[in-house]
Amino acid sequence: MKILFPILTVLTTILLAFALYEALVVAPTEQTMGDVQRIFYYHVPSAWTAFILFFVNFGASIVYLMTRKTKADIVALVSAEVGVVFCTVVLITGPIWARPVWGIWWTWDMRLTSTLVLWLIYVSYLFLRRFSSGGQTPALAAALAVLGALCVPFVYFSIWFFRTQHPQPVMGGGGSIDPRMMHVLLINWLAFSCFAFLVCWSRYRLERLQRDVDQAHALQSLLGPRGGMR
Amino acid sequence: MRNGYLFAAYAVTWVIHIGYIATILSRYARLKQEIASLKKK
Repeated sequence: MKILFPILTVLTTILLAFALYEALVVAPTEQTMGDVQRIFYYHVPSAWTAFILFFVNFGASIVYLMTRKTKADIVALVSAEVGVVFCTVVLITGPIWARPVWGIWWTWDMRLTSTLVLWLIYVSYLFLRRFSSGGQTPALAAALAVLGALCVPFVYFSIWFFRTQHPQPVMGGGGSIDPRMMHVLLINWLAFSCFAFLVCWSRYRLERLQRDVDQAHALQSLLGPRGGMR
Repeated sequence: MRNGYLFAAYAVTWVIHIGYIATILSRYARLKQEIASLKKK
């Protein structure tokens, strides 16, 4: 385990650098939008990674509600936190792309609004976990996560069911892109997925350590400074 | 100017990710200090 993490970190760094090179140099320039279309190689993989992490959060929350296992609770917390980070990237890179292409930073269209609502749901999940203290917090958070996950397919399919300004999906939605662009998109998605996995792994270790330290503090306050009962 | 938007999007992405990693590292450092102080007690 100790050797695996640094090896994966090096491999992921190389993959991210290669994906960046592919996005900026190898991918063909889109005819109408020009170079600004290359934002898509960061925006879309970040969205897909966020969706996957929210589904991991959903699965772990269900497992926690059924078994009350601490590991499931930690996985749920970690995947939600890293998912929010990726969703933040989506919500910021989207408007940066929209400004030169649509002429506006933001519009209250169904895809954009539902993504913002999804982000707010998971931010509220993290606030609940951070500021609520009590034995029921993980269970309440898990219940919120299960409901929040219902929003993920709604966000994805919103561009099928509603008339929106957002471009059509590049997979399974009738949209099509140049195969070279798809290749670069998939490389970037792979790179961001590996990166997300590593960040989740680090955050998982941190959370376990944090809980061990909290337990040690609780034990110490119970036993007193000399190790005897107060 | 249009390349400015591209640069901004890529830069913001990495600022967010590196910022988040920095918070994880700082929490690790704080926990290590806590563990050291717990061991002393």
